[in-house]
Amino acid sequence: MKYVHEFRDPELANNILSEIRAVATRPWAIMEVCGGQTHSIIRHGIDQLLPESIELIHGPGCPVCVTPLDMIDKALAIAAMPNVIFCSFGDMLRVPGSEKDLFRIKSEGGDIRTVYSPLDALKIARENPEKEVVFFGIGFETTAPANAMAVFQAKQQNLKNFSMLVSHVLVPPAIQAIMESPTNRVQAFLAAGHVCSVMGYTQYPPLVEKYKVPIVVTGFEPLDVLEGIRRVVVQLENGRYEIDNAYKRVVNFDGNIPAQTMLAEVFQTTDSAWRGIGIIPQSGWRLSEKYRDFNAETKFEVTGINTVESPLCRSGEVLQGMIKPHECECFGKNCTPRKPLGATMVSSEGACAAYYNYGRFTASA
Amino acid sequence: MCLAIPGKVVDKFETDGVQMGKIDFDGITKTICLAYVPDIRIGEYALIHVGFAIERLDEKSALETLEMFRELGVLEEELGAVQESPLAV
Repeated sequence: MKYVHEFRDPELANNILSEIRAVATRPWAIMEVCGGQTHSIIRHGIDQLLPESIELIHGPGCPVCVTPLDMIDKALAIAAMPNVIFCSFGDMLRVPGSEKDLFRIKSEGGDIRTVYSPLDALKIARENPEKEVVFFGIGFETTAPANAMAVFQAKQQNLKNFSMLVSHVLVPPAIQAIMESPTNRVQAFLAAGHVCSVMGYTQYPPLVEKYKVPIVVTGFEPLDVLEGIRRVVVQLENGRYEIDNAYKRVVNFDGNIPAQTMLAEVFQTTDSAWRGIGIIPQSGWRLSEKYRDFNAETKFEVTGINTVESPLCRSGEVLQGMIKPHECECFGKNCTPRKPLGATMVSSEGACAAYYNYGRFTASA
Repeated sequence: MCLAIPGKVVDKFETDGVQMGKIDFDGITKTICLAYVPDIRIGEYALIHVGFAIERLDEKSALETLEMFRELGVLEEELGAVQESPLAV
């Protein structure tokens, strides 16, 4: 259990909490979309500071968690090929594929390199012209402009030995899918602040109207999360549904136009599979025709992938907010961050890893 | 990996026609792509994600966020890994 005095501004935190307590009269289920927010909530015990009637449902906004299994298996197959240097963000190395993970491929001799930025992979390609360099381009809208720039530059520099395994997913179609689900319990959303810093929040007013659901653009720091919660609770209690921005110091309505211009140049929307959830229409990006030569999926013709998900792992239910991590029988027993059964136990932004790392082994911990 | 960390622009230059810059994160300096915040000036702050500045940030917010990340040990977690990487530039 964490306490308010650990917040950056305990007095402000207490004031926001008092307001929430004063205004909350009924039970509400609020989804924080982003895994970074989930991490912040569990790390600071925000869910435990709130009135009991307010439930936070942890959303699917952890890119490592929702990258589909067949993409992981394709990454493993490509990374194991001779003459390939496979570059990835570090978080992806421990994500379980059907049989192995990237760490295992590395220990078996695969040339796998952890990079900080996709531009690092481009540099490796320039320095190793005799090798094929593949970057695992995963992530939400926040990360996509970086990956788009790497592909754009590769084309400009006529780099023939660089390609990208692209698995990009988008937040608004996921919100729509959640609201359309027959089992949905979510009554309001904290939208992901950094996704909105790139995309703005022009896509949200239609969702707010259609589903009569409050959406508040929210940051990641504990005080930001508290303020986002306060604003949705006020809306819910007053029967209002509006788009609101509680992260104005970073996010404006239109977002980052140069980044959006680059995204439109390099990517086009496509139906996309989300691990643990399934296919969501028009919820991803793939390389547009102009950049198809940089598509690692076609360049390496990875076929014969037969995906096998762990029969024990319930990460799909966790990602859809149907169960909390500690309600899974495997949690903390045969599934830990060191030996994960599913992707939600891998990334620090995954709900299972957050619960494990901060000692949430029972409902009351 | 979704984390974006505030940093201060300490230099600006072009590489292969792309706007790049040096960013100082609380003492750790890295080369970062500035193409998405083309008007940013030396001395200003931006949020940095996987080697790219994605949005401007005012100094007060930037310093408060950096302070929080430092207390949580997130800076070493994010940028420490970067420094270990042979690719760090």
